[in-house]
Amino acid sequence: MELILEDGTAIEGRHFGYPTSVAGEVIFNTGMVGYPETLTDPSYKGQILVFTYPLIGNYGIPDESRLNNLKQHFESDHIHLKGIVITSLTREYSHWNAIKSLEDWMIENQIPGMEGVDTRALTQKLRNKGTQLGKMIYEGHDLPFYDPSKENLVAQVSTPEPIAYGSGSKRVLLIDLGCKNNIIRSFLSRGVSLLRVPWNYDFSQEKFDGIMLSNGPGDPTQVMETVRRLQPWLKKDKPIFGICMGHQLLALASGAQTYKLKFGHHSQNQPCIQVGTKRCYITSQNHNYAIDDQTLAPDWTPWFFNANDGSNEGIRHKTKPIRSVQFHPEAWPGPVDTAFLFDEFVKSL
Amino acid sequence: MDSSIKKVIILGSAALKIGEAGEFDYSGSQAIKALKQEGITTILVNPNIATIQTSDHLADKVYLLPVTPDFIEGVIEKEKPDGILLSFGGQTALNCGMELEEQGILKKHGIKVLGTQIPVIRMTEDRQAFADSLGEIGVFVPRSKAARNVKETLEIAQEIGYPIMIRLAFALGGLGSGVCWNEKEAKKLASGAFAHTSQILVEEYLKGWKEVEYEVVRDGLDNCVTVCNMENFDPLGIHTGESIVIAPSQTLSNREYHMLREVAIKTVRHLGVVGECNIQYALNPISEEYRVIEVNARLSRSSALASKATGYPLAFVAAKLGLGYSLTELKNSITHSTIACFEPALDYCVVKIPRWDLKKFKRVSKQIGTSMKSVGEVMAIGKTFQEALQKALRMLDIGADGLVTNHGDLGKKASREELITELHSPTDERVFSIPWAFKEGMSLAEIHEHTRIDPWFLSKIQNIVRVEDLVIQYQGGIIPRHVLKEAKQVGFSDPQLAQLLGCAEKAVRLMRKNYGIQPFVKQIDTLAGEYPAQTNYLYLTYNATEEDITLGSAESVLVLGSGTYRIGSSVEFDWCCVNAVQTVKEQGYRSILINYNPETVSTDYDEVDRLYFDEIRLETVMDIYEKENPKGIIVSMGGQVSNNLALPLMRWGAKVLGTSPTQIDRAEDRHKFSSMLDSLKIDQPIWKELTTMTEAKAFAKAMEYPVLVRPSYVLSGAAMGVATSEKALEQYLTKATDLNQDHPVVISKFLTNSKEIEFDAVAKNGEIAAFAISEHLENAGVHSGDATLVLPPQRTYIETTRKIKAVAQEIAKNLEITGPFNMQFLAKGNEIKVIECNLRASRSFPFVSKVYKKNFIRLATQAILGEELDVTQRSFMELSYVGVKASHFSFTRLLGADPILGVEMASTGEVGCLGDDFHEALLKAMRSVGFHLPVKKVLLSTGPEKEKLDFLETAKMLKNCGVKIWATNGTQQFLASHGVKVEQVSWPNAKDGKSVIDLIEEENLDLVVNIPKNFQPNELTNGYKVRRKAVDHGVPLITNPQLAMRFLEAACANPELKIKAWNEYSS
Repeated sequence: MELILEDGTAIEGRHFGYPTSVAGEVIFNTGMVGYPETLTDPSYKGQILVFTYPLIGNYGIPDESRLNNLKQHFESDHIHLKGIVITSLTREYSHWNAIKSLEDWMIENQIPGMEGVDTRALTQKLRNKGTQLGKMIYEGHDLPFYDPSKENLVAQVSTPEPIAYGSGSKRVLLIDLGCKNNIIRSFLSRGVSLLRVPWNYDFSQEKFDGIMLSNGPGDPTQVMETVRRLQPWLKKDKPIFGICMGHQLLALASGAQTYKLKFGHHSQNQPCIQVGTKRCYITSQNHNYAIDDQTLAPDWTPWFFNANDGSNEGIRHKTKPIRSVQFHPEAWPGPVDTAFLFDEFVKSL
Repeated sequence: MDSSIKKVIILGSAALKIGEAGEFDYSGSQAIKALKQEGITTILVNPNIATIQTSDHLADKVYLLPVTPDFIEGVIEKEKPDGILLSFGGQTALNCGMELEEQGILKKHGIKVLGTQIPVIRMTEDRQAFADSLGEIGVFVPRSKAARNVKETLEIAQEIGYPIMIRLAFALGGLGSGVCWNEKEAKKLASGAFAHTSQILVEEYLKGWKEVEYEVVRDGLDNCVTVCNMENFDPLGIHTGESIVIAPSQTLSNREYHMLREVAIKTVRHLGVVGECNIQYALNPISEEYRVIEVNARLSRSSALASKATGYPLAFVAAKLGLGYSLTELKNSITHSTIACFEPALDYCVVKIPRWDLKKFKRVSKQIGTSMKSVGEVMAIGKTFQEALQKALRMLDIGADGLVTNHGDLGKKASREELITELHSPTDERVFSIPWAFKEGMSLAEIHEHTRIDPWFLSKIQNIVRVEDLVIQYQGGIIPRHVLKEAKQVGFSDPQLAQLLGCAEKAVRLMRKNYGIQPFVKQIDTLAGEYPAQTNYLYLTYNATEEDITLGSAESVLVLGSGTYRIGSSVEFDWCCVNAVQTVKEQGYRSILINYNPETVSTDYDEVDRLYFDEIRLETVMDIYEKENPKGIIVSMGGQVSNNLALPLMRWGAKVLGTSPTQIDRAEDRHKFSSMLDSLKIDQPIWKELTTMTEAKAFAKAMEYPVLVRPSYVLSGAAMGVATSEKALEQYLTKATDLNQDHPVVISKFLTNSKEIEFDAVAKNGEIAAFAISEHLENAGVHSGDATLVLPPQRTYIETTRKIKAVAQEIAKNLEITGPFNMQFLAKGNEIKVIECNLRASRSFPFVSKVYKKNFIRLATQAILGEELDVTQRSFMELSYVGVKASHFSFTRLLGADPILGVEMASTGEVGCLGDDFHEALLKAMRSVGFHLPVKKVLLSTGPEKEKLDFLETAKMLKNCGVKIWATNGTQQFLASHGVKVEQVSWPNAKDGKSVIDLIEEENLDLVVNIPKNFQPNELTNGYKVRRKAVDHGVPLITNPQLAMRFLEAACANPELKIKAWNEYSS
């Protein structure tokens, strides 16, 4: 199998998984655990993921049992990645809750993989030249490049219909931009019920105590419809909390601007400092776009910043209970240091 | 940062020992650097003279003194420090710190403990308090209870139910701990344990659970990160220091990984650790159930490993946090661009394997378990577990070429039964037996059943066996490129492939090159390439297609490191390597070092311009040499490991700097060396190389027993022995020839009534530029690595030293030596004989350099690089002080070993102390290795008639000093007949009277002197029982007559043991 990047780079590897060719945006992630969660994270819609950790598939794939109508061990119902590129695949997995190998699961989901690749060299290329389009070619079956960022990916991964979860007295309206299951679990475990609605849903008639803007794939400026629906709520006093794409949309709604980062953040070890404190949290991240602090409206203030590159990692309204973060407090995969943000939001409802 | 801290005292870990090795040289050195960066005055107390941390360029003041409360108080009174660091010198420093606090010394002098506070440390050490505390936050610990005596132990065991695990409080490396399956075993283990501690913990035994560790860092503002997690290949039941360990964990899902991470952070916050700590877990392999086994609130072996595995400078950061910095204020010193408050992402995996030397000890069980027996470790980096595992097994330097295809079918068992025994009751060689189990037809499930090793690891081993089978099909033929590539990618070495294909190693190398198969250089940057970072921390892998760095762009010098610590080669060679590298840098070259020992300073990210954390083996060194194209290679600093490569490297076209490899071979090859001595008319002990038993017996008879038997090319006396009779010779030869089929055996007369003298020197173009002569306190017959060294010599004639210098100069000229060298001489009267000559740095180089205050390695490196030398030589006779180097033995940990000195080296570490006179220096050194002062109660058992006579004056002196003496029958009678009345005790096997065993149990003896009648460790004799009892009971033991006499003379002389820093001694 061959991986071809838009700059012409061609990389040879051994094929595994489903026998097909795919095209998408090539990105990398440096996390060392959590491939079942990562593969089912809707934020990866349309992307080909390079794992820098060389050994993938070690603990197999768990069963697809559901709790509260959510797959217990995955972040959504499907694999959203187009394909994966790794150094070494483990076929003889070992784990007490695994029922199949990563490869079998990928075949079922029609996802191709490529192993035997110098993923570090590839990562450096992606880092230096920025994210690139690429295609994984199976046995010479070529296909055109495909640029997912030109599409409204959120529309493709958002729920088609509203879904209600839980029976808690407090109710949060969850705008699904490509929501990871663990955001939903994080509310259910805190006794909060949810109404999960499509990205462009008219929720003006719904009853709820707060709004949750989920994570999601792609360029936030493709999702202006959600931004417009959101804008009136920024003038009200309902608590709002955003994560990742949700954070970017909230910022756009408040009048701030987003920009594309040079390297992006693609790892589970990003240190974020809470503004005005010396407290630092380790966070899981996966994004290429960030908010420009300088463009924040006067009512808004930065909340967290990235300790490595200083980029914005969170904003909050100066007087209203409206906040958002760029990183993933729901974790899965990744560290759970910032799970307390859910506590704070739930308390504000 | 706390600005009130201007001067800090740092406690070291003293001699290297089993459970406490070179890792504390690394952590202490980092701490000193971190403090110095803040302008803080650093005072180090550590008698380990072979360490880098005791070098003059690190701490502002170094005290080569015992790490005991009395000496530390002395230093405190003199230096008046503001703070103290306790967590950088292992359990030794921690225990000393706790005593200082208990005695109110810290409070009295207003000294602040930096980092984790003593009550927290005590909490983590007191097992019951620890369990209670974690219970408060809902963290699970093994069901357990603390016991204060044997009776309580048995009651608790009954309550928990067998099997149980017994652990000691305030101990390191699992000392004295073990698993008991029934009451009898519990009784036995508990009785032994209470000899060392006042409290033991009886806990549920979680056999077969996964063992996982996290290294955690926390600052005073409650920022907390886990720097690294590690998983043991060997499940619970084998001490983590005895386990093969892999980082990061391989078989944990995201949920498990982060569940344990969260518990780690919660626990560390609850306990209030500031700095670094380690948390160990048991994780149920079939659920998410876990237990916290222990927390070490200090730098540890695991933290050194984690530091090297990730590139995160744990010790450096921990020291800064101790000063009050927050994690967010510290830079990631690897990337320089990101901050220290993060968790490294690895894009490789790391395998650590312990190195054992159990074959050196008779009567020691080779089984591994809950107590540490290993003396060192190796760490290998690869893209896959298989690549790293096979690298690591080679790094052990035990003759393995990888996991499979080893000479002598390493790990193969005679029967299926034996194989199964090995699998479930492992020895140090279990990992080599697993492939044989697959070959035997056992299924993976079956092997898992016996070993409880996770199937993931076993399947990777199975894959190595598969590749071996694949390669062997091409024996004698042409191996296709893809097969050769796959073999290299799963870690096969060229020698392994040569063996499989039936060709020479060189042929495999050529084939590889023709196919374009080569390893690539990758960086360890803590961030898996997410951010751009230029680091100097490198490894090689075949699972890559591009070099990560630009190679060979500057004029460089490649230095070979010393590899794993083992008996006979330890931190002293790391000191040599670090100093060589520093000199290389000073002379304007890019320094490149290869080493793979995670317990070293030489592998620190800031010591060398380019560090290859990889194998020191012909194939790998040539790979790196060809990539970096250095000016040349320095092989003489890393001990025998690197020295042995001199000739092969030269033959393969590499430039070896310093003494020519041909000359090195002339010194190493017994025949060539001997005929050189003969031609120079230099005397040597008579020897003969023999190939048959008959010849050997005839020669030995002519020489008169005892004779010394040894193979050629030895370090640390491996396979050396003394035969006292024809029968013993026959026994020994069977063993020696088995060990070395290619090498004939050498027999020489074993001389005992001679002095042994150590000569360390540096020469350039055959001219000696500096030298030091040290004498052995013990007579010849004790391995030089175990002997007590005295510099300047106190009992050697001037005439003898003059002759030694002359002979050494002649040999230096003849061998055209450029660089360091070491010789050993026998001296009797004024006659000298040359025993051996090593054209490399020796074990005693740091000792002589520091006592003599002249850096021999710096000089040697300058000589090697062709620089002008400063040859002003002060006579060692002018020194107005004396240095004594004493050995530390870890017999306590080697259950059953006969604690006697012989021609096989047995010590695991050393100390070196200075005194205004010999007595003072000797006593400081002996205190540093655990001897008691004052000596008030002594047991004497002085062995053969001659020794009894020699000892008479000492016994009289002891009486005069008021020492209470007991003696065994013969010794007592002898002393009585010479007018010295002492109390008699009977031998262990005697039917009546108070036995030696009772005496050791009942009286708090300060010393047992037992002079064995033989030169060989013996079977279950009375003498053995006495020696072992002393060791097991923690009573200092001396088995050498000269050492016993000198020590007791010094103790009776009772000189003041002055608190003087290294730089206060001047000539």
